[in-house]
Amino acid sequence: MSTTTHHSAVETGVFDEEHTLHILSHFLPAQSPLKDFVHHNTLHAFQEQQFFQAIKNASSIFGYKTSLSLPAFRKKYKNGAINDAVIDRIISEKKGDDSVSEWREKLIVTSYDTTIYQKVGNLRATWKKKYKTDLDALVHTTLFKVINSYLDQGVSLWRFPETDLSFLNSVKKMEENSFSSFFKTKRAKAFLMRGNIEIQELLEIIVHEESYYENYLIDQQFAHPGYSGMVSVVEHNPKTLLDSRKVTLKEFIIFELLLEIDALDAKFGETWIPIGLHTDEPSENLFAQNDFTELDEVLQLWQLSMEWTFYDQVLAGLSYNKAQAPKRSTNSFQALFCIDDRECSIRRYVEQNDANAKTFGTPGHFGLEFYFKPEHSKFTTKVCPAPVTPAFVIQEFETNKVQKKEIHFSRHANSILGGWIFTQTVGVFSAFRMLRDIFRPTNSPLATSSFSHMDKNSTLTIEHKGAFDADGLQIGFTYQQMTDRVKAVLNSIGLVSDFAPLVYLIGHGASSVNNTYYAGYDCGACSGRPGSVNARVFAAMANHPEVRKLLAESGIVIPESSQFIGGLHDTTRDEVEFYDEDLLSAINQEKHEANKPVFAKSLDENAQERSRRFVSIDSSKSLSKVHEDIKKRAVTLYEPRPELNHATNCLCIVGKRSLTYNLFLDRRAFMNTYDWHNDPEGNFLLNILNAAAPVCGGINLEYYFSRVDNYKLGAGPKLPHNVMGLIGVANGIEGDLRPGLPTQMTEMHDPLRLLMVIEHFPEVVLNTIQKNPATYEWFANQWVNLAIIHPTTKAISVFENGEMRSYEPLIREVPTFLNFSDEILSSADNIKVKNIA
Amino acid sequence: MKNFLIQALPFVFLVPFAGFILSLFFSRTNEKGISRTAIFTASLQLILAVAITAAWFMNGTEDISVAEIVLYQMHGYEFLIDLYLDALTVTYMLVGAIISLLVIVYSSFYMHQEWGYRRFFSTVLFFIMGYNATIIAGNFETLFIGWETLGISSFLLIAYYRDRYLPVKNAVKVFSIYRLGDIGIILAMWLSHQLWHENITFIKLHNTELVHEHLISHSFLGSAIALCILFSAVLKSAQFPVSSWLARAMEGPTPSSAIFYGSLAVHFGVFLLLRTFPFWEEQTGVRVLIVMGGLLTFIIAGLTGRVQSSIKAQVAYASIAQIGLMFIEVGLGLQTIALIHFAANAFLRTYQLLISPSIVAYLIKDQFYNYQPVVEKPVTNKWVNTIYMLGLNEWNFDSYMYKYLWNPLKSLGNGLNLISEKNVYRLFLPMYILGIYLAFNQDVMPFELKQYLPSFFAMIGLFMVLKSFTERKSAGVAYSLIILNHLWIALAISFNDRINFEHLFFYLSGVVVFGLVGYLTLHRLKKFEGRISLEEFQGHSFEHPKLTIVFFIACLGLAGFPISPTFIGEDLIFSHIQRTQLFLTLFVSLSFIIDGIALIRIYARLFLGPHIKTYHETAHRSS
Repeated sequence: MSTTTHHSAVETGVFDEEHTLHILSHFLPAQSPLKDFVHHNTLHAFQEQQFFQAIKNASSIFGYKTSLSLPAFRKKYKNGAINDAVIDRIISEKKGDDSVSEWREKLIVTSYDTTIYQKVGNLRATWKKKYKTDLDALVHTTLFKVINSYLDQGVSLWRFPETDLSFLNSVKKMEENSFSSFFKTKRAKAFLMRGNIEIQELLEIIVHEESYYENYLIDQQFAHPGYSGMVSVVEHNPKTLLDSRKVTLKEFIIFELLLEIDALDAKFGETWIPIGLHTDEPSENLFAQNDFTELDEVLQLWQLSMEWTFYDQVLAGLSYNKAQAPKRSTNSFQALFCIDDRECSIRRYVEQNDANAKTFGTPGHFGLEFYFKPEHSKFTTKVCPAPVTPAFVIQEFETNKVQKKEIHFSRHANSILGGWIFTQTVGVFSAFRMLRDIFRPTNSPLATSSFSHMDKNSTLTIEHKGAFDADGLQIGFTYQQMTDRVKAVLNSIGLVSDFAPLVYLIGHGASSVNNTYYAGYDCGACSGRPGSVNARVFAAMANHPEVRKLLAESGIVIPESSQFIGGLHDTTRDEVEFYDEDLLSAINQEKHEANKPVFAKSLDENAQERSRRFVSIDSSKSLSKVHEDIKKRAVTLYEPRPELNHATNCLCIVGKRSLTYNLFLDRRAFMNTYDWHNDPEGNFLLNILNAAAPVCGGINLEYYFSRVDNYKLGAGPKLPHNVMGLIGVANGIEGDLRPGLPTQMTEMHDPLRLLMVIEHFPEVVLNTIQKNPATYEWFANQWVNLAIIHPTTKAISVFENGEMRSYEPLIREVPTFLNFSDEILSSADNIKVKNIA
Repeated sequence: MKNFLIQALPFVFLVPFAGFILSLFFSRTNEKGISRTAIFTASLQLILAVAITAAWFMNGTEDISVAEIVLYQMHGYEFLIDLYLDALTVTYMLVGAIISLLVIVYSSFYMHQEWGYRRFFSTVLFFIMGYNATIIAGNFETLFIGWETLGISSFLLIAYYRDRYLPVKNAVKVFSIYRLGDIGIILAMWLSHQLWHENITFIKLHNTELVHEHLISHSFLGSAIALCILFSAVLKSAQFPVSSWLARAMEGPTPSSAIFYGSLAVHFGVFLLLRTFPFWEEQTGVRVLIVMGGLLTFIIAGLTGRVQSSIKAQVAYASIAQIGLMFIEVGLGLQTIALIHFAANAFLRTYQLLISPSIVAYLIKDQFYNYQPVVEKPVTNKWVNTIYMLGLNEWNFDSYMYKYLWNPLKSLGNGLNLISEKNVYRLFLPMYILGIYLAFNQDVMPFELKQYLPSFFAMIGLFMVLKSFTERKSAGVAYSLIILNHLWIALAISFNDRINFEHLFFYLSGVVVFGLVGYLTLHRLKKFEGRISLEEFQGHSFEHPKLTIVFFIACLGLAGFPISPTFIGEDLIFSHIQRTQLFLTLFVSLSFIIDGIALIRIYARLFLGPHIKTYHETAHRSS
């Protein structure tokens, strides 16, 4: 939607309900319920604008803080995190060579009024100013309670009595059939009883002046963006709730308007003056463009300087990198990992520990789109990128898992009579459980484990045998469908020849306890689920003789001796589990056994590298001890940071492994293996970018905005969070839902936009990115920065204003670690890009 | 053995006190130093609790009362610190020590990187100190010291996230309820003076004959005391009809909600009843009332809890329901069962809150595998729906509190337009001088006037404090009105026949010192910030942390918290009020209660809440 259409209602003075509802659901937070937590650009609604213009507008409209504060930038500069030479270069590029000293002064010394003003909320502030009425305080408690109880997925022991009707009809039915009421006065209730209410007629009572209607609703809904956003998400995707509900934003607004009328009637009787007649200011166009102030420009220059201080290191590192993987005597094994930034370091260790091994990066759903249905489950769960709607289902059978129960979540604990017996008996037991959990954290039914997503010993319906499930989903894939998918992945990463005897597919997932954000820690490419099923299914497909035959026909010949094997890396605990090991040939089984110590050592080392960021772990202890401590984090109730997830991410590198080989990127890079040789036209590249730009860009920007405004765009500290209806978290019991990421996930993060680096010819890339407008928008509007490394000359170009311009790094030489582990373990801060030995 | 117990008992209070003081000396970022101090203190506390328990058993579980020190003694009045140890003390002490240690260890990791790390642990230690002071208290006066500490630490823990609106609002709300509950204790203390003519120790209440003898001649007084105690207990344990505050107190970090509202503090109502059991044991009416109240709470809180769709609210109401049952048990005289019930409920609720974030992953998984679509709708009829909706609205208790308590007080205060800055000089100053003249020359007025004047002056004092409570414009005016209130009360009391001016001087010394400090602080803040109004929360603690602390301490002193002679002074004042002066008692005690609330309100409005300057990050008001 373009901004130019926004102000129609304000200008014409005519209220267009549909248009207003559209604006609202466009700008409200789009975060799904907790179980489907997937990272996305927090300011997605502004994405059609240039980044800096967008964040300026977002700040002016909603009062968001959209970059680090001026003092924070200056502090970073003092600490050396922002480079002088970069500042000068940025200023001279943006402001001209003559203005460098003038603007340096502004950046570093000049003081500014950094007050943030917001447009949203001004109209409804009249209630307090002129009516001395805190309308929100009178309405919110009831509003939140009713909507949360209606949407509740299982916290309450006594569910909302009417949920098969739509929200408003449910409320109506309860009002009709009760001696109690949510309303205190008659008029509002009478409206509800009458039914068929239109927003407009209620606004006429409350506001009266039509030109204010739209702004009134925007003010009202953005007083509690959490619940409004959730309602809008559920409206557009009802299946996101397992126990589904029919609710629309319109109904929610009507209910709120009724509560407002009720509150005002209760205070003033039925004869109060509508707010529109009590306001002096004319209706304001909230969405008008906002001009940059000098402070805005200073902040922009700071942001660019901070970004390019790091980008420059990265581009220099990639461009100068002469390190070649040691000539492999044989291919011992190949391993495909997810592009996830958390897999960046484990790949390095695997290759260090076995010089004949080679790793690849590809999105962790391994190009497969399907629903997974675990045995005994009542639902299916999507295990591919969130925007994709699969037509396939993979079912799980012959498991022997037992779901362990947690007595403290028993319904009796909080019930009435049962509670007495329960308290007297279990209560004493609680003391011992607490002692154990605090002094010796161990696994319990409370914890989530990535390995329990799928039973290791189950069988899966991978081959399509003509059957479809009740929802019409095709069970399993045909050989041709398998081949197409396997081929696409192998082509995109350039693994089309020289197959090693063993090719690992390692998905990833996470384990944690007491973590409402658990879904956000799993694989983003699998819609916030672990990637185990995908890895296992892909291996089975690629091993199938029929598929091999079809693959050979299209030019990819995989020797019969080569076998694929699936696995799962738990990024929290640094453990790996392999699947279908018994299907390996005898000789490959031997080789697999020989590879296991390589993985084990790499996991230990990876755990140690991660431990440098954790204050509670002493990294100087022995490898195995440090790894034990890392594992313990995942089951420790009082550990709000089981792992750091995507914190510090800011790179996405699409190219051959040789580009990054031996380069220390500090787990900040998404890495998609891509061989330009195979793809002169950029066809595979387009597919990669179509996924990588929104997935990596979305993750990066969610971290960015939750970091710069943890109060409004982030969720604040996790510590006081209260679980609301299993769909979201709030502070305390009266608060609005808090979308975004909590402080504990973002405090380590530096708000740098993602730099996508592609290894290919600039003209091919330029051509490719323009093929898909949705993908192009990310780059064109600079929500994601883009740089190209020329495959042969290693020259760097940077994408700006629709074209490529060449870039010369300021750094002339990339430093090398003297003593790798000492240097990295001695600090918990970000480490500059360096060569490893 | 007994000697050991006598020696050891004060340390139950002194250990956390020392830990609290020590914790203040660490720098804000020294997490290790702070957490080690807290863990060491809590461990020591647990060892001490175990040792005392063992010694107590070896001593044959005999009740022990130690007259510790006389804090103040003058002209027929003494303020005695008295300690007491019995099965009740031992149970609360052990459960408290175990939960404190667990929660502190839990928090030492959980709170890592928090801006308020030190503030959190200092407050928790402060709370533990208050908790233990209350449970080892041997008389009402000593108990009241702990009781007040609990109120303050509760306020600080709820408002831990002081830059958001809801925590601060709810902290003030809960503090007000606590403070209201204090009326019960203050009146019970006053009435006890009337009944026993001494500071009665709890151990003496076990002297059945003594109690019986006093009650038989003053049965009305006896009932009044019991009802005052019950009133306090009901408020403190969030019983019917004031249950709604407990869930709203869950604004701080989860472990603080667990230790405070989940387990320890919320059981103080039960404690108070058990502590005074021998006193009302023979009063059947009171016992019936306790049982009925408990039953009502049990049913209503139980029904309310079932409906709550947020986990903390559900746990809060489930806990209230169990405490309702404990009231029944206490009322029926089943003390041992009540004690076991207390321990079990405390552990269970603490654990439930600590693991509450896990419920999402656990129940979603459970739902994924075990979901049963509702095939047949459950029976819904008018009554079922009614109870559901009442439960969802928490039986409207929260709005009733506004409608029938706070709003009338506010409109009363708002109506007092006579009290303006101008009139303070034009009207009230001359009146006050006249009052002093009359106090010194009591012979000049007729007897009738002399009878009514004290109440009249106390009423003016009360009006001052009500005006302060509702003042929206000037913080300075609101604050000064509290000081004036104390002066009016002093004047009112000075008409008493046996008044001793040294007592008055003692009472006012705290008022003057702390009042002056607070006033100067406000003055300084005004110099920095210009107009400081009370219209909205201003969050100045962020830019003026030192002024914040000084002003907070001044407020505490002025409100008669036991750091100020005013604390004993207030008790002294009451010792001068005759049993017949019912109105005077009412005005004075209401003044004391509301001045605490008004002061905390001033403090919160000025120093807490989202910052008015939006170059600081601020949260949505609803978050």
